[in-house]
Amino acid sequence: MEHTPPPFFNRGPAPLVRLAFFASLSLALLVLDARFRYTEGLRGVLALAVYPLQLLASMPAAVGERISATFATQTQLREENAHLRARLLEASQGAQRYEAAQAEAARLRRMIGAAERLPVRSMPAEILYNGRDPYSRKVIIDKGSQAGLRAGAPVVDESGVLGQVTRVHALAAEVTLVTDKDQAIPVQVVRNGLRAVAFGAGASGMLELRFMAANAEIQNGDRLVTSGIDGTYPPGIPVATVTRIERDAAYAFARIVCHPAAGVDSGRHVLVLESAHSAVPRPEEAGPAGEKRAGKTRRVRRKDGDAAQ
Amino acid sequence: MQLSDSPISQRILLPVRASTIIGSFALALVASFLPWRQVALVPDFVALVLVFWCVREPRLVGLGAGWLLGLAIDVGNGVLLGQHALAYSLLAFASISLSRRILWFPLWGQALHVAALLLCTQAVGTLVRLAAGAEFPGWLLAVGPLVGGLLWPVITTILLMPQRRPVEVDETRPI
Repeated sequence: MEHTPPPFFNRGPAPLVRLAFFASLSLALLVLDARFRYTEGLRGVLALAVYPLQLLASMPAAVGERISATFATQTQLREENAHLRARLLEASQGAQRYEAAQAEAARLRRMIGAAERLPVRSMPAEILYNGRDPYSRKVIIDKGSQAGLRAGAPVVDESGVLGQVTRVHALAAEVTLVTDKDQAIPVQVVRNGLRAVAFGAGASGMLELRFMAANAEIQNGDRLVTSGIDGTYPPGIPVATVTRIERDAAYAFARIVCHPAAGVDSGRHVLVLESAHSAVPRPEEAGPAGEKRAGKTRRVRRKDGDAAQ
Repeated sequence: MQLSDSPISQRILLPVRASTIIGSFALALVASFLPWRQVALVPDFVALVLVFWCVREPRLVGLGAGWLLGLAIDVGNGVLLGQHALAYSLLAFASISLSRRILWFPLWGQALHVAALLLCTQAVGTLVRLAAGAEFPGWLLAVGPLVGGLLWPVITTILLMPQRRPVEVDETRPI
């Protein structure tokens, strides 16, 4: 005869067994996500379930904004309007000159037979909130795959490169800021055309130029723009300004700290660019030119990032 | 026999309703999804509510609930999948094991226990992220769990409210 307890005493498996089960399940998920990125499907399904709660959480801020917009005083609006008018005038002058210069550049390029640079399409978006992960530097924007956004698209604000879209949901997207530790971006010094790769420096909110020889020709105040050799970022967008250079004879590389040009911690409105010249096929073989692609701007795998330090 | 000097534990409570538990978890999730400016200073509301129910109702809420909530947080915040799931499973386990002990203390003694539990949860999350290659964001991380501990009496008062109502409203009762 069996001696099983009556069903109302049955409490299922022991707590320690349950802990082992759930902990190993979590560890498996962690490894799958961190190493192999196999979990995007599961993430998408769960994101749908969580979405109503997120929508609910975003409501107070939206309502508050609407209320404050209603009560904005007329003088405030007038001032802002005048300011914006002045900015528009400046910008339109710049744009006219830029157009002329671009036409001239295109003519010259045609003359020497170089490939024409295709215009870059852009989509305005608004920053919803900062990422809620204290270990990485991300913002969430209000455009997603329904607006045609794709992962990998560069994001800029009015003064420079802000970051790159790293994960796309249906109605929102995560943008990893240039100051994130895992974010890299190929740059060029405006003054002399020196190429380098800028890495995020994490919590300090700065960028770092790594692997620059101690005698590299770079100085404080040098402006860095995207070089465009990666095919992700269009060339010539401001990225950062060099603020500090430490040349230590004990190390082969200089330590170069730069301040990002874009307002990575401020501002609300951004442009998501779509790099049009990714249509150019890559060279088949990794020759000497392939070496240069080491500085690609897609998220560097964590393993490589660690090895590089 | 006096079990505790806490006035709350002396009262006989109504049995908890499932809707209260589910509603409180949903509210905690919404609170954690609010667009906070400085994330490190905000207490982990979901962990706090999870500790509450694990301590009060260890037979209803346990590791499974913790794990699912952890997954929801992981997805909603866009962090490494499994980070909070692991931390919350451990948290639920610790809260269930300690539930008898914690209820023995007055509210502020309970709050100290809870702050320690929340700190350990945060430490687990940090270890996971450091192992995955993130950088250490600074000791500000420890502030959130401490704030959570301070909030424990508030959370206890609010979440016990539905169980303290009289069963049927009696019109002839003076209060």
